[in-house]
Amino acid sequence: MIVVTFSRVLSIVFILGAFGLTGCAQPIEPWVKPYQRQFLADPIMRTNRHPIANKHIAHVFDARESARGADGTGGGGCGCN
Amino acid sequence: MAQEEVVVVVINRFNLFLCLCIFSLCAFFSHAGVLEQDRADVLYHRYDGGGMTIDGPAILLRKKVNESVAISAYYYVDTISSASVDVMSTASPYSEERHEGQLGLEYLYDKTTMFFNIGQSDEADYLAKSVNFSLSHDTFGDLTQLSLGVGFSDNDISRNGDEVFAEQSQQYRVRAGINQILTTNLSIAFNIESIADEGYLNNPYRTVRFIDNSIPAGVGYQSEVYPKTRNSFSTKLSASYYLPYRAALFFHYRYFTDSWQIDANDIELGYRHPLGKTLELDLKLRYYQQNQASFYSDLFPYQDAQNYLARDKELSDFNDITLGLGVTYLIPQHLSIKGWRSEASLQWDYITFNYKNFRDPTAQAAVGEEPLYGFSTHIIRAFFSVYF
Amino acid sequence: MKNIVSSKYNSSRKLTLVIAIVLFAISSQVRALNLGQLAPDFTLKNTQGKNLSLAEQRGQIMVLNFWASWCAPCRKEMPVLQTFHNKYKALGVTVWGINVEQENQAGQDFLADLNLSFPIFFDAHNKVSASYQVQAMPTTVIVGRSGHVRHVFRGYKDGYEKKYAQVIKALIRE
Repeated sequence: MIVVTFSRVLSIVFILGAFGLTGCAQPIEPWVKPYQRQFLADPIMRTNRHPIANKHIAHVFDARESARGADGTGGGGCGCN
Repeated sequence: MAQEEVVVVVINRFNLFLCLCIFSLCAFFSHAGVLEQDRADVLYHRYDGGGMTIDGPAILLRKKVNESVAISAYYYVDTISSASVDVMSTASPYSEERHEGQLGLEYLYDKTTMFFNIGQSDEADYLAKSVNFSLSHDTFGDLTQLSLGVGFSDNDISRNGDEVFAEQSQQYRVRAGINQILTTNLSIAFNIESIADEGYLNNPYRTVRFIDNSIPAGVGYQSEVYPKTRNSFSTKLSASYYLPYRAALFFHYRYFTDSWQIDANDIELGYRHPLGKTLELDLKLRYYQQNQASFYSDLFPYQDAQNYLARDKELSDFNDITLGLGVTYLIPQHLSIKGWRSEASLQWDYITFNYKNFRDPTAQAAVGEEPLYGFSTHIIRAFFSVYF
Repeated sequence: MKNIVSSKYNSSRKLTLVIAIVLFAISSQVRALNLGQLAPDFTLKNTQGKNLSLAEQRGQIMVLNFWASWCAPCRKEMPVLQTFHNKYKALGVTVWGINVEQENQAGQDFLADLNLSFPIFFDAHNKVSASYQVQAMPTTVIVGRSGHVRHVFRGYKDGYEKKYAQVIKALIRE
């Protein structure tokens, strides 16, 4: 069931993505222009501002909580308990 | 049931492969992206809590080889002195070291970035090797970023003091994500990841306890027994918002579910506030909650009560709350090395764990009536980053 | 159970494939500034406070560079543009830098560290960026002596200045 839902969500992501990949998105113009990216480009806006620290805290939680995945720090095991 | 799941997983992987092909075919369009800046980070981390002290260094290096290729290296050490509740109830305090290393390669072609990463985590009784590959593509005027990734880990598990014990497990990961810029101040991301484990998934030292009235202690112990597979699925929604007076607000919500019947939610709020040109303050609040695995129990009614038995507090019903504070000092130009931009940061996290159905077996109380376990931990990270 | 699950799979997979192919097949070029069209005129104030208009520069080959201090390739390109300006100034080529930041303090701080001799303008309301349909940062637009757009370079990578030089040399010979 989990995997069926995952694949459906993946299909939706790709349908949406396929819109963007083609010039067919032109009925909708990108509404934030490249020259309007000043705030979004500010280093303080980066969730991965300190990657080495993020890797550590993600590992701390991974070793103590059951939930894993979707946290942007890739994967890899350890025998941590 | 297992066969059906395998069929579904195989079809899912084909779907993924198909999407990867379509993705790479469409990676034709005009102006290109840019690789991230070169950097080096050196960190010291320390965890104190629950009877455990873990500390050690970590290093991260990133260097562009040319406009399209970058390499990265990561090395991390955990030195563990443990007298945790698991250890104290069935064993004696121990000391251990874990080394982890990762090497990564990044290739940028036009608007698509490919990441390839291999890693290894090594400790006395556990060797984990992993490989990850992901693809990320900027599209729709760079407002949308699509990403896909796969990962595989192979683990060798042994047992200290037992020459004969040798087990294995494998982990497969598939992830997808979409990052979308919504306004000049707001961007959101939606990430999903599916993880499948198979093999020896439990801990070779941990035991479960059961009521045993035939012995004075009243409680007997037996090895934990876990299923040979675990399938999990995570979805995370995150958002970053730029506040007009120059500060950033972060939010994420993640939902997790797996085939062991664990459902978990976590929600996090973050705030970053720069002070002038030299300081940045970080604030974080996170709440995590999970319910128990179907085969978990703190105290089984008798020996071999179920096919699968677990007493790992990580599989119990619990929640944890994290409060985090951080400060980053942006080192001014005249104090910098070789004119390279650098920063020094200090971060502190305080986490309290509250277990709803895991009891503290070291407490002096009747079996099954010990107080529910809980502990808190202080985590410090001190690090120095250079951009060159 | 197995058949139901597999068939749900197959149909959603086929749907993804069909939609992706259809969209890919009917894709069209993203709207852009057309080569050969008259470069949109504008008047902006430069760092010295003087108002300059593009139309008054007819007869000169214009290299318009849209940049921002938050954009790494833009920052890298600045010294390159200065060298380029020095080299081709005498041949009737003028470089103009157009900063697109809505709040340009960071841009001004960046300029203070460089010593640029070519004019820099501030397009804080982004009217010029919009009329030039800037789709990448940086964007370099080369306008011929007659005021028509001759080339648009999107982004900047090492060696782009050689491409600018090629276009300039061809325009000089005209």
